[in-house]
Amino acid sequence: MMKSIEIKNNQPVVLDDIPALAYPDFLEYNLKLVTDPGSHCVNYFGQPVNGRIRLICCIASDTNGTIHVNTSMVDKSDKLPSLTRHHFSFHIFEREIHESFGLEFTDHPWLKPVRYPWYRTDQSQKIENYPFYHIESEELHEVGVGPIHAGIIEPGHFRFICNGEQILHLEIQLGFQHRGIEKLMVERKDLLSRTILAESIAGDTVVGHTSAFSNLWESLCGFIPSPDLIHARTLALEWERIAIHTGDLSAIATDIAYQLGSSVFGRLRTPIINAFQIWGGNRLAKGLIRPFRNRFPFSPNLRDTFNKILDAYYPDYTEMFDRMIDLPSILSRLEKTGVVTREQSLQTGTVGIAARSANLERDIRKSHPCLGYNDISHSPLLMPQGDVYARTRIRDSEIRQSIGYARTLMENMPRHSTGNQAIIQPASNSFIVSLVEGWRGEICHAAITDNDGELILYKIKDPSMHNWTALALAVRNNEISDFPICNKSFNLSYCGFDL
Amino acid sequence: MIQELKILFHQGKQYIPDVTTVEVPGIFRGRPVISTKPTDTVALCAICPTKAIQANPAVSIDMGRCLFCGECADLFPDKIRFSKDYKLASNSLEGLIVREGTDQPLFIDPAKIRGEITRLFNGSLKLRQVSAAGDNSCEWEMGAAGNVNFDMGRFGIEFVASPRHADGIVITGPISQNMAEPLQICYDATPSPKIIILAGVDAISGGIFEGSPALNRTFLNKYKIDLYIPGNPVHPLSFINGVLGLIRAGKKKQIRLV
Ligand code: SF4
Repeated sequence: MMKSIEIKNNQPVVLDDIPALAYPDFLEYNLKLVTDPGSHCVNYFGQPVNGRIRLICCIASDTNGTIHVNTSMVDKSDKLPSLTRHHFSFHIFEREIHESFGLEFTDHPWLKPVRYPWYRTDQSQKIENYPFYHIESEELHEVGVGPIHAGIIEPGHFRFICNGEQILHLEIQLGFQHRGIEKLMVERKDLLSRTILAESIAGDTVVGHTSAFSNLWESLCGFIPSPDLIHARTLALEWERIAIHTGDLSAIATDIAYQLGSSVFGRLRTPIINAFQIWGGNRLAKGLIRPFRNRFPFSPNLRDTFNKILDAYYPDYTEMFDRMIDLPSILSRLEKTGVVTREQSLQTGTVGIAARSANLERDIRKSHPCLGYNDISHSPLLMPQGDVYARTRIRDSEIRQSIGYARTLMENMPRHSTGNQAIIQPASNSFIVSLVEGWRGEICHAAITDNDGELILYKIKDPSMHNWTALALAVRNNEISDFPICNKSFNLSYCGFDL
Repeated sequence: MIQELKILFHQGKQYIPDVTTVEVPGIFRGRPVISTKPTDTVALCAICPTKAIQANPAVSIDMGRCLFCGECADLFPDKIRFSKDYKLASNSLEGLIVREGTDQPLFIDPAKIRGEITRLFNGSLKLRQVSAAGDNSCEWEMGAAGNVNFDMGRFGIEFVASPRHADGIVITGPISQNMAEPLQICYDATPSPKIIILAGVDAISGGIFEGSPALNRTFLNKYKIDLYIPGNPVHPLSFINGVLGLIRAGKKKQIRLV
């Protein structure tokens, strides 16, 4: 008997075609899949079905470009052995399943609340009473930071256990940003509302999340996007990467008190995001990506404007970065700070730039390409060190690589087509996974439709879902004063996690 | 050192000399303008995901609910167009409603501004930002308002690290249940007169999240809101001009630029 169905990115399957296993088989088979370092769990969640829970596990094979999917039907009152016990990368997914449905995972080491959603099973769990880990000791002290932070950033609580200045342990408590997006995606029936919800998952990844949603929806409807639509979306994704990476370099410079870098990278970001404004009327690209239509065709005039922006950006950018990365005082702050090893990244399921900075190749553009990445033949950039330095360097290399991609894309512009307007119904009783490599890493949206093709489940996974754990590990044994720079070097999303 | 000076020199002048009159590049969906042309108002109202468009019978758009997606203008270009006017702030909810047949800049009503705001803060205002389930877009733009391009600091307007140092708070996001208490604690820690500014559609009306059981917006019923700044997200120019309008509306003195 087949233990899983192998599907491609954005390939809908009939729900009944997904192998349903007994839980012990499900556990054993999925664990076997993830022991291959070329495989990782992209999503694992539950679907309520007639009072029971259907567990759905999606494991991507990065070498085959496929996603293994299988399910297991369980009862809410079941007490089950956990996958986390054997492979830590499942920990956050099992916690989420426990929080949403009450399922017990008996040997899960850390079955704590994830985001305190309004629909949590145990309403006695309150965000103000999170069960933080404690160590009883006279030498150690705790430092609590947040949920509201000193800067203009989103809320989250960090609880450090320190020995003097040294961090022994960090626990990150999230959920403050919870807006109930996954439920709203199902409840709101019109496509525009759903698209705008997708735009609002994480305001710094508008193109990434809206592309994941649009790709998913179009594939579910059997719609073949025109070349110009594919072109625009791919260009927007690479442009978003350039913009945010540049802003991140500014933030990293700020946190090591390198004023020149902070200002220069900050101002260099402005023309890049203003280009989105010129293109679609919004600096963060809200309104730009729409399912079924290329709303703001990328014209030859725009191409000239965008090329000029890059012409002006590039020399100033390289001059600044090359200088910054040459200064011993900067290097001493970046190198060997906040190290996550490849081994730890594998264990915790780290993705995106954080994984690539620790020599772990996780890049959907190569492993499960969608859109224009089928033609780009992307080669992911890797750094071996896994520290803040590597996460800084990787941004620089990716900025340069993405500029190259943007230039090539603009050289080969498909003609604008008008045949994109289509209202098609999604396939019924179907399941689909959509993966996009956003600037931060792998974005995964998954959906299920019912008999009438109505959406009945929508699951969103921002790469931050995997990577917050990597941050907590990175700061161990570092000085607490280095926490901000570690945090910025990951730049994870609170709202993308809290949903 | 020479290298640093060279880099500095290469930046040229980056600040926007006059943030009150500069034009936004490219497309900008700012203050809507609604014509008096007859149209299928039922179809028009049905487009809007947040019911910002009303027709009873004259058509109006509530900028406190508008996501500035521009879809209404795409489909009814004769009826609705979005101007490039980024001065979108008002100190009343009523003031955010744009009615058909009018093309007037918005204004901040000096009569409704608390006296101490103009008296104390027209040259310096320190604000504490609270992201209450914001999607990090308004937060981003507020950060940008202080960068070298927009340079809000030149007007004495700054974000500070602690509510204890702040004259008021700026709320972004639709206010989740999970942020309701931290928001209250932050507000309580702010010294009087505790200015409250709502920035962005999510904060003003809940935006696309309105009606979600994950929200708790009761905080807003308890206090006077001093300023509403629409946008999705709020553009830095909307933010700066809005706040300047609030602290300087009662003053005869012209806004002095750089
Ligand atoms: S632009 Fe505003 S008024 Fe028009 S449809 Fe979008 S949200 Fe509604």
